[in-house]
Amino acid sequence: MENAISFNIKVWRQAGPKEQGRFEVYQMQDIPTDTSFLEMLDILNEQLIEQGKEPIAFDHDCREGICGMCSLYINGHPHGPATGATTCQLYMRRFHDGETITVEPWRSAAFPVIRDLMVNRNAFDQIQQAGGYVSFNTGGAQDANALPISKVDADEAMDSASCIGCGACVAACKNGSAMLFVSAKVSQFALLPQGKPEAARRVKAMLQKMDELGFGNCTNTGACAAECPKQIKLSNISRLNREYICAKLAD
Amino acid sequence: MEENIKPVIDSRIPEGPVAEKWTNYKAHQKLVNPANKRRLDIIVVGTGLAGASAAATLGEMGFNVLNFCIQDSPRRAHSIAAQGGINAAKNYQNDGDSVYRLFYDTVKGGDYRAREANVYRLAEVSNNIIDQCVAQGVPFAREYGGLLANRSFGGAQVSRTFYAKGQTGQQLLLGAYSSLNRQIAAGKVKSYNRYEMHELVIIDGRARGIIARNLVTGKLERFAAHAVVIATGGYGNTYFLSTNAMGCNVSAAMACYRHGAYFANPAYVQIHPTCIPVHGDKQSKLTLMSESLRNDGRIWVPKDIEDAKKLQKGEIKGSDIPEEKRDYYLERRYPAFGNLVPRDVASRAAKERCDKGYGVNNTGKAVFLDFSEAINRLGIDVIRQRYGNLFDMYEEITDVNPGEQASEIDGVKYYNPMMIYPAIHYTMGGIWVDYELQTSIKGLFAIGECNFSDHGANRLGASALMQGLADGYFVLPYTIQNYLSDQITVPHFTTDGPEFDEAEKRVQANLDHLMSIQGKRSVDSIHKELGHIMWDYVGMARTKESLETALKKLRDLREEFENNLFVPGSKEGMNIELDKAFRLRDFITMGELIAYDALNRNESCGGHFREEYQTPEGEAKRDDENYFYVACWKYEGTDEKAPSLIKEPLHYEAIKVQTRNYKS
Repeated sequence: MENAISFNIKVWRQAGPKEQGRFEVYQMQDIPTDTSFLEMLDILNEQLIEQGKEPIAFDHDCREGICGMCSLYINGHPHGPATGATTCQLYMRRFHDGETITVEPWRSAAFPVIRDLMVNRNAFDQIQQAGGYVSFNTGGAQDANALPISKVDADEAMDSASCIGCGACVAACKNGSAMLFVSAKVSQFALLPQGKPEAARRVKAMLQKMDELGFGNCTNTGACAAECPKQIKLSNISRLNREYICAKLAD
Repeated sequence: MEENIKPVIDSRIPEGPVAEKWTNYKAHQKLVNPANKRRLDIIVVGTGLAGASAAATLGEMGFNVLNFCIQDSPRRAHSIAAQGGINAAKNYQNDGDSVYRLFYDTVKGGDYRAREANVYRLAEVSNNIIDQCVAQGVPFAREYGGLLANRSFGGAQVSRTFYAKGQTGQQLLLGAYSSLNRQIAAGKVKSYNRYEMHELVIIDGRARGIIARNLVTGKLERFAAHAVVIATGGYGNTYFLSTNAMGCNVSAAMACYRHGAYFANPAYVQIHPTCIPVHGDKQSKLTLMSESLRNDGRIWVPKDIEDAKKLQKGEIKGSDIPEEKRDYYLERRYPAFGNLVPRDVASRAAKERCDKGYGVNNTGKAVFLDFSEAINRLGIDVIRQRYGNLFDMYEEITDVNPGEQASEIDGVKYYNPMMIYPAIHYTMGGIWVDYELQTSIKGLFAIGECNFSDHGANRLGASALMQGLADGYFVLPYTIQNYLSDQITVPHFTTDGPEFDEAEKRVQANLDHLMSIQGKRSVDSIHKELGHIMWDYVGMARTKESLETALKKLRDLREEFENNLFVPGSKEGMNIELDKAFRLRDFITMGELIAYDALNRNESCGGHFREEYQTPEGEAKRDDENYFYVACWKYEGTDEKAPSLIKEPLHYEAIKVQTRNYKS
């Protein structure tokens, strides 16, 4: 039942944000195919430490596909070849014996490399801080069932809200645009009555912040949605555009 | 450090009947007026449900908040991974729920080892949480009529769990994160990402600041405040393999413990029954399958030991075994609650079957969770709608699709069952706090999983989210004012005092020491060994002998760590191995603390099972006469020395203490 594969792994190494980076190739022997991709990197790091070398820095935390921390560009795809899965949910059975696997950090002007495969995604927090909330203070809320919301809208809002903020959409986009990320949050609130009162303010503020932070524009290529590990739909971007135009026309 | 500690244990529980305590407390507590709130600084360490909700709410109130997390964004704290749901006593389903019943179920589920007054307050504010989250725009699941949907969880006979697909923790955390973002934008909260608290700073007996390390630059930085709130989660990763995130650690809590904050009930560790079984020695992490699956999934092993042997050899599959040859052991042993018994009961029952040889995979350490009956009754579409994302997750990891029909025997369709086994998931023990969530150090508060207060010896499903948000949104923002009200004349602290110098020196010395060992073993290899010791000797079933063995092995492991650890690189700049080494030292101390507490508690209760203390049917046997207390452990100056025990006796007024019964 247990299969194992051997392969080369070509990893981007970069000591710091301003340092010159380079690829290094490592050989991996007899890795069981039911090892996860990040466990494989753990094994590689153990080997490097055994040789007295510094391990490869990469972001990871929950390893259940939900925290959005892991961020590897594997064989030309953000989060690798699987659809609807993050890097941490990727298993080695997706790869072949003898192959060379290339691993890079997210590549985007708005996400500078911190070290090796780790990037700074602080820009995403800043976009959320610009308006990704309902202005409401703790306490004083009405009874939760006093505000019925259609199941269809609630489910759709939930689909949009599933975004994990990993940045794969930006990494996949040839323009380095954060439109899918922004549209997911704007959509969640646009679909719900709670988000309505400040909808116009929100969409304008979030988009302005996105532009300020050096993200590119959207040219409707759709790579973001194709690579999104949570399968956030492209229609969110249409909704974002509609919200934005309506808000601007009202000005 | 003696002077930092209050003379006796005072849990500061307000007067009056249990149902009126919180109301009375709020009516008589001291408050801080808006103008004075602006003068007060509060450090909140952690951005999970408890930390983020507290930081946001304190910011909204007007305090100046400094908020820290080790991840690259507050949104990534491990609360995000909670799947199933959050409990509240709304009684929207008209099935007989009430604040009292949620309180009762939680106390009973905790095997009568929780503090009554705290649990009642938790049940009381549970309803506010749902209102709060809906107002924030959290997209909870709804019925076609537009009202909120519910499902049931273990240990309850009502449907009181609110959920957002299998991503409830994510949605609640993003709700708190959005409120936090609003305060960050307003300048009331300063957010420090990729910072790890390394030391607590105490001035004149009060918590006044922290030393944190910037994980990107490697530099130590000083932060001062009028009060410090720890919301850094549990200590499950002591066991190496757990469902906790890779970064979850106990170092902030240990820093508080070493300064004299009591650590309460460390032996109460929750082992979750439905995790994907361990598959090899290269694994770094275990994956949880939500408890909500037990709403429709049925847990079984073969009746016939021969069938089990064939399964272990891989000669047959679960779907080859027909209904009449399956032993639905939870339904058999606990008819009233069936597959929805509390987690500790379900975990022990799985272990019992596997120990008897009925395990269903090649390691013999797995049982089946089967959806055939539910799919045949409701159709695959309904089941996929409920659990689709969990099925997909399971398939990605194991290559088996639980929604796929695998056989048909005598006209009955059988689907691929999941394989599950218990794993370390949550820790009920934690920093001791009084009713106000203040620790035994003045000005130091602990909230969420990090404290010990609400779950007794076992936590019910969907109650962790409830407790984290209760503490952060509705409890701490009130109780901390009672402490801060006489601090309004204390000016903002500077960080150049001798206490900060000393604290930074201690951290620096520790880091220098870790870098200087230059031995042969990686952090992970020692951590794995720690995990094996903990799981084998301080795990699901403990004995006096096993715990004594553990303590001896842990002493040896500490020796190994201190003399043979290897950390590559330097302490300048980012060093991920140094981060882990720092945490591992604390995990070893934590491991000893768990073992000491487990050895002291000569009874079985909730998540703590001592094999010597069980009924003839194998159920946990409590000893209320001798152990009806919270075990508080006090640091004795060095990690090598055993901690001393202080007891907080429990007093129950509203609930009659009895043997837990899930059979009838």
